[in-house]
Amino acid sequence: MGILETHDATKRFGGLVAVDKVNIDIAERSIYSIIGPNGAGKTTLFNCITCFYTADEGEILLDGHPIQYLSPDRVAHKGIARTYQNIRLFSNMTVIENIMVGMHIHTHYGYLDALLRSPRKKKEDAKSVAEAQRLLNFIDLTGKGDLFAKNLPYGEQRRLEIARALALRPKVLLLDEPTAGMNPIETENTMHFIRRLRDELGITILLIEHDMKVVMGISEMITVMDFGKVIAKGTPDEIKANPRVIEAYLGHGAAEAAA
Amino acid sequence: MWQKLKSKITGMTIVMWTIGIVTLALVVYGSAVTLISGKYTLKQWIDFLIFGLAQGGIYALIALGYTQVYGVLKMINFAHSEVFMSGPMIGYFVATDLYHFNYIDTHPYLSILIVLIVAMFVSMSVAVILERIAYRPLRNAPRLVPLITAIGASFFLQYFFKGLFGSNIKVYPDWKVFLGKWVVFGQPILKIQIIVFFAAVLLMAGLFSFMQRTKTGKAIRAVSEDKDAAALMGIDVDSTISFSFALGGMMAGAGGVFYALMYKQVFFLMGFVPGIKAFTAAVLGGIGNVPGAMLGGLFLGLFEAIGPNLFLDGLGIPSPYQLKDVIAFSVLVLVLIFRPTGILGERLAKRA
Amino acid sequence: MENRHFWQSEVMNFGWLAGILVVLLALVGMVVSFSQRGFISGVMSEGQLLIFLTVALIGFVAGKKMERQSVLKVALWGGIIGFVAGLSLIVLVLLTGIKPLNLRSMFLNASPQLVKVLTFGKGQGAGFLYLLLLNILSGIFGGLAAVIPGIWGSGLANSALITILIGLLTDIWKTFLPRGVAKFFFANKGFNVTGFLITFFFILAFLLFWSLYGARIKVSYGNVASRQPKKVKITWWVISLVVLLLLPRLVGSYLSEVLDLVGIYIIMGLGLNIVVGFAGLLDLGYVAFFAIGAYTMGVFTSPELGLFHLTFWETLPLSILFAVLAGVLLGIPVLGMRGDYLAIVTMGFGEIIRLLVLSDALKPILGGAQGLVGIARPTVGHIVVKNPPQFYYLILAGIFIAWYVASALKDSKLGRAWMALREDEDVAQAMGINLVSIKLLAFATGAALSGLSGAIFAAKLNSMVPHSFTILISIYVLSLIIVGGVGSLPGVVVGALALIGTPELLREFAEYRMMIYGAVLVGMMLYKPEGLWPEPARRRELHGEEGKSAVTASTAPVQMSEEA
Repeated sequence: MGILETHDATKRFGGLVAVDKVNIDIAERSIYSIIGPNGAGKTTLFNCITCFYTADEGEILLDGHPIQYLSPDRVAHKGIARTYQNIRLFSNMTVIENIMVGMHIHTHYGYLDALLRSPRKKKEDAKSVAEAQRLLNFIDLTGKGDLFAKNLPYGEQRRLEIARALALRPKVLLLDEPTAGMNPIETENTMHFIRRLRDELGITILLIEHDMKVVMGISEMITVMDFGKVIAKGTPDEIKANPRVIEAYLGHGAAEAAA
Repeated sequence: MWQKLKSKITGMTIVMWTIGIVTLALVVYGSAVTLISGKYTLKQWIDFLIFGLAQGGIYALIALGYTQVYGVLKMINFAHSEVFMSGPMIGYFVATDLYHFNYIDTHPYLSILIVLIVAMFVSMSVAVILERIAYRPLRNAPRLVPLITAIGASFFLQYFFKGLFGSNIKVYPDWKVFLGKWVVFGQPILKIQIIVFFAAVLLMAGLFSFMQRTKTGKAIRAVSEDKDAAALMGIDVDSTISFSFALGGMMAGAGGVFYALMYKQVFFLMGFVPGIKAFTAAVLGGIGNVPGAMLGGLFLGLFEAIGPNLFLDGLGIPSPYQLKDVIAFSVLVLVLIFRPTGILGERLAKRA
Repeated sequence: MENRHFWQSEVMNFGWLAGILVVLLALVGMVVSFSQRGFISGVMSEGQLLIFLTVALIGFVAGKKMERQSVLKVALWGGIIGFVAGLSLIVLVLLTGIKPLNLRSMFLNASPQLVKVLTFGKGQGAGFLYLLLLNILSGIFGGLAAVIPGIWGSGLANSALITILIGLLTDIWKTFLPRGVAKFFFANKGFNVTGFLITFFFILAFLLFWSLYGARIKVSYGNVASRQPKKVKITWWVISLVVLLLLPRLVGSYLSEVLDLVGIYIIMGLGLNIVVGFAGLLDLGYVAFFAIGAYTMGVFTSPELGLFHLTFWETLPLSILFAVLAGVLLGIPVLGMRGDYLAIVTMGFGEIIRLLVLSDALKPILGGAQGLVGIARPTVGHIVVKNPPQFYYLILAGIFIAWYVASALKDSKLGRAWMALREDEDVAQAMGINLVSIKLLAFATGAALSGLSGAIFAAKLNSMVPHSFTILISIYVLSLIIVGGVGSLPGVVVGALALIGTPELLREFAEYRMMIYGAVLVGMMLYKPEGLWPEPARRRELHGEEGKSAVTASTAPVQMSEEA
């Protein structure tokens, strides 16, 4: 049994079945990818896992406990963090503030502490700042803490978004196309970075990705979706050889030619 | 299944449902008391009903403007209530001039047509200028920005008109042909209310077929669906947006003249309350939805005309008619809580 | 360009704009109303100043637009703009003279007084010449101020503006200055000619001096400040505190009254700033909490109703408590709403409260349309706080509390959560932030400060009527935080002084207050969305576009390839 599982997860929008009975099972400390053409339902699946949408049917289990009816903030408490396909930073807040928002649930003081500037509040905030600085170092943004998030270059925004997610200290990290819009060198760096997250921090990673080089290079398991359904599942090598995957990506004729 | 249900019931939903059920219970109880006591005769109820329909027709005309603009820009044109006010305000001066030349008595229909056209033109111009100056430059700004602009524009227009034309209440001249009552099925009914209702319906039908049939109407609908895609299809988005402001403005201007005919008076603050109510009507019918706005307007008009006498009276509240605006606002709040997409709406999935 | 007719050219566009603006200013009544006061006694009234200032402004904008052109050409442009504006006014005057047209039956302000103001009381011939000439000069002045390089251009513009400001606030200076000095500079209303000239040239000289030596002074101050930062900071604090404490003694009773009013709005502004500025929840029903605070004070202390007989200090916590309760109660139904819906529902809520208070149904407890009288005065020791200077201290204490609350919360995890909510509600929730609780906390805190403000307001007035609590109050408060800078605490003070203080000092403004506020809101959003005094860290706050990330994504590959 893995750390994150979905059992027949289904999400409909009117007549459209965006996610259709999807089963995935992600082992702890693994890097797991979901691939598929545009509109295959990958991001919708992410939204279901983070409970931004409530799945219409099926179950989503984290550590064996169902989470599908929780609110998104509770899911974050349980240990799932995510990034977005089109970066969604708090653009008018500084870099360090962005990370500190991610630390919200680990900063333990209440309204009155804040109002009275209690010693506890000061201690907790100092702790958050220190940890935020550490995360900044980790993503190579040392010294840029006071910039506005929106003024960072694109690649750094991507990394900041990951750092903000890491600040939640998640068990599972969901990355939605982390290399979108990057050149080959940056893509390479990002791959290293993702691997480090798993190796050094022990975080399980679920990835949506279009770049086949990235997917094949770092994932241990891959699920392929098309029109909301899972059409294949397996290791990178198995997926490469699967005729249905080739068909979904390249069309019918290509699959026959390959076979 | 139980778990799913349980997960959806939070403290908040309980509070909200309690509010809803208590309100409903009060309404039912109050209505029952009033009806049993027989305080009002059937004839009076029919009067309320007709009044409500006429009132509702006006709300619907204004509501169309909110809905049109919401459709294309996804913003609430806060200043629409001033668009509504501006038409009959200028129309007043035309009407008094016509009156002085004794034209209203000799050519009543032609003169009302003139007033109507002037008012519609003025409201349309105000709406279009407003869009051009205050909204267009901010189309890509964060949502709060155009909203604040709209609020500012709304108050600017109110007091600009006050400055130009004074703060006194201006009394519209009488159209003798609209005075008095008609007897329909043995029931005497105020002429003006029937005329207003049918005129409003006629205008709305015209607008509806315009939206369905003409190229511009289709362009407006396309822009409402997806601005970028519409632009790619060769639709001039800017002028289409201007055009929907113009249409909304014209409807509001016409509504304003009807309002002036029914209540006989105009002044610079007259837009505020009908504005909020028309907005309520638009939300009630599902904002962005043209037939919804019409339905919502009629429904709200009826509700407001009958409500105070029906259930507030029954609850033993003195002078219930003072609270008719409270009813409208409460309807707005309740609709937004329980059915933010409105009666017909499906336009805003994740917005309310 | 060449093919178009002259009257379609750019300069004529500016000219028409200037013409339309000045004619509207005249028709809306501002020109006449402002003319009750002289700007330079016997030479120019404030109403006339308004016209020339507008023309100069248009000239300035036009000048800015053609910065690279020769000075002579810009002067010509400015002159043309002024000429068109002047001509428009002349046409207006002539139109009012046509009897059968009866312009006045429509435009209330197309009156003989207007004609008199526009023609400087010199009749049509000489008056028109005067008007035309001064308009042309204003246009030229504006254009030149925009294009003359260096300190001379900006110096001219700035010293003109500062002089005008000083002239408008004549009444204030008169209370400060010794009589002899005041008489030398100022006539009964406004400057006298010598006063005007001396002030203008003194300021011009000062600005020139500053441009030459200002940098050096700044550096030497900076040296002192960096050597002993704490000492300098404390000195500033002490100075401002002393000034704040002595202010009512310095300015006298009338200005204390104005300060009191400004202070009440500052407390409200600090509260609404939490809701709108920090959390991004546009609340237009904010006046409701102010009303609830005030009415709690009234109902519990007024002997007229005779329901309770508490003192001010006993009721104050209740006022705040009820406001908070109402804040939470309003908060619950609107939890799921965003932006414009929230605005309109909260506005409806404010109206509901007002209508309920007005209604006969609640008259026995709330006093109905007649309102309440005999509201308790606060007592401190044996002193009954009752005149404006005394209330000043009470209100100042309220401001300090409100300021402390706002700044403490802002610099905490709650403040950050609010800002995250303002930036992106969905993402904030995905960060584990409980939206329900932080939204309710924002509403509750804002309501508490508004309730506090309302309680003081009620006690200060001693009596009140429901008509004091219209939607306009909400709009005033919203305007002042927008003008000051959304989310900025000093901005609230600046905004309140500008928007609440000015109309009290310049009674002519008061009549056009809402029109000006409306225009200011629009103008600020279009040209300066960050406000007059934004937080240093957020100067560019509202300049961002919503589709920001999408834009970055599409331009990103370009940047990348440049790097590579």
